[in-house]
Amino acid sequence: MVVVENYNKTPPPNDGNRGAKGGWLSRIPTAYWVVGFIMLCMPLVVTPFILFQIFGWALILGMIALSLMFLGGLGGMVSLAQMTIAVCAGYMVAIFGDSAITSISLGLPWWLAVPIAIIVGTIFGTLTGAIAVRTEGIYTIMITLAIAAAFFYFTRQNYVIFNGFSGFNGVMPPVIFGIDWHNPTPFYYLVLFIATLAYLLVLYVSRSPFGLALQGVRDNSRRMAALGFNVTAHRIAAYTFASVIASVAGILLVWQNSQISPGTAGIGAAIDILIIAVVGGMRHPIGPFIGALIYVILRTFALDILVSFGMAGERFQLLIGIGFLIIVLWSSDGVLGIWRSWRERSSNINKLTGEKMDGQS
Amino acid sequence: MKTSVAQRLSAAGTANALELRGITKMFGALAALKDVTMTVQPGERRAVLGSNGAGKTTLFNCITGDFLPTSGTVRLFGEDVTEFPAFERIRRGLRRTYQISLLFSNLSVVDNIYLACRGVSRARFSLIRPGVDDALMATAEALTEAVHLHEFMNSPVAVLSYGQQRQLEIALALAGAPRFILFDEPAAGLSPTERSELVEILLNLPEHIGYIIIEHDMDVALRVSQSVTMMHNGQIFKEGTPQEIESDPEVQELYLGGGNE
Repeated sequence: MVVVENYNKTPPPNDGNRGAKGGWLSRIPTAYWVVGFIMLCMPLVVTPFILFQIFGWALILGMIALSLMFLGGLGGMVSLAQMTIAVCAGYMVAIFGDSAITSISLGLPWWLAVPIAIIVGTIFGTLTGAIAVRTEGIYTIMITLAIAAAFFYFTRQNYVIFNGFSGFNGVMPPVIFGIDWHNPTPFYYLVLFIATLAYLLVLYVSRSPFGLALQGVRDNSRRMAALGFNVTAHRIAAYTFASVIASVAGILLVWQNSQISPGTAGIGAAIDILIIAVVGGMRHPIGPFIGALIYVILRTFALDILVSFGMAGERFQLLIGIGFLIIVLWSSDGVLGIWRSWRERSSNINKLTGEKMDGQS
Repeated sequence: MKTSVAQRLSAAGTANALELRGITKMFGALAALKDVTMTVQPGERRAVLGSNGAGKTTLFNCITGDFLPTSGTVRLFGEDVTEFPAFERIRRGLRRTYQISLLFSNLSVVDNIYLACRGVSRARFSLIRPGVDDALMATAEALTEAVHLHEFMNSPVAVLSYGQQRQLEIALALAGAPRFILFDEPAAGLSPTERSELVEILLNLPEHIGYIIIEHDMDVALRVSQSVTMMHNGQIFKEGTPQEIESDPEVQELYLGGGNE
């Protein structure tokens, strides 16, 4: 928070989301340097499969879950339609851009198709929000789930625009600067760059007037109205913001799979995004990415693990479920919560103030 | 229904700060308010007294728009705001505090006040963080000082004591340019020292700011108000100056001496 810079008596904040004009480089926490370095060097170490299928996929799913974290963690609105919004944008890039289904795809250049896809996804997300914000809690979940289900069945039955059950294949990322962005290494860097951008954006906006007001709406919507805020408009705007992130992620998702079909936006997939956000933690934008990495690793290797123990491979969902159950039982705020309580215990940080107990608190 | 800016500007000087005409609020078959009519001048400070269940807080909720009255009209500075949502009334200079503190417990003290300042100014949807020289943030910091919370500025609300949370409630109501404030039992649960601090804060408010205060503590209520309205069973029972109310035998029977307060 920027205010602290006015008052030098407060110690410099340590969580990196507090911008300052002077010496901002030195304010970046060590953890960011370490994680950044590891992520950048990843292609030198791991196989293209891990780069593309594990990290690429995890970062994309992390972005979609990040849009849910923005709505749920900051705004207190749990939407199950985030995957649907992402897939809607993904469909648009296939319909307006290039795909193997030439009878439907319009073949617009990428610099037209991508903005159109983001805009359509954002409009769809905003409309979803406009319907959902009039409800609270479990009803928001139900309404967004209904929208997700409706979209899934609609795309599966509509052959004129969405090409029904089989969807679109051959949707490739464009070749820009002579680089084929579908190759694992360039694609990984593309996704890493955009995911980092989305992460920093959410971190930044959470301390902006809009983000603060959103947290106010989460904590006490009635009081926010009594302070002059139009709570409904704020909630809808939050959906719009989250939809932009989800839409961008949706386009990347299509490029990664090079195809899109109704199954991508199935009810199971919609719920998976919620699981990712909950497992990772909703209090900080890094949570969804942690959750996504765990999800993707489990999803990819659970089958092999089971087989190596001599069990039937098709029970891999069981292993995933148990893993999530353990994390959620352990902590109310996913992996982030476990990490935080461990840190508090080891350094005696006051739970309420976040300050060290031995100092003045 | 909407009035023009010119009408609003000319109305501000001449009209009553608050005008209630025949406000009735039904909760099912229960009439929480029955035909309440009340006029408050600009800058007037009024206490609303009454036993529990007299309809005082319901009256506040009808004025701020938390509830729509079943019938009757609410005029704020001459403008009919009966159908307006709460945030529109707040943007016209109305403020309120809550009996039970409704604060943003996960945000810091200064962020709470900053939100209150932002709520009645432009750029509520701004995605740009407030800079070092942000005027609203400076106002928010000044307000923390006004309610003696400066040293807790960056602490989350959760660490504040009850009395400090009450002070923060008041700070939220003072944000922006309030013209009329509704205080709902601001002294409830405060220590004697905190009560005298509260009285001082209320007496030091700029003269053009009028308010209605609901208060059970007669010492506080009568010291900070120029007129008193007694409510009983959802109706206005008596109006007068603090002296008149204090010496009224019926009031004493019902409220002061009745012993069921």
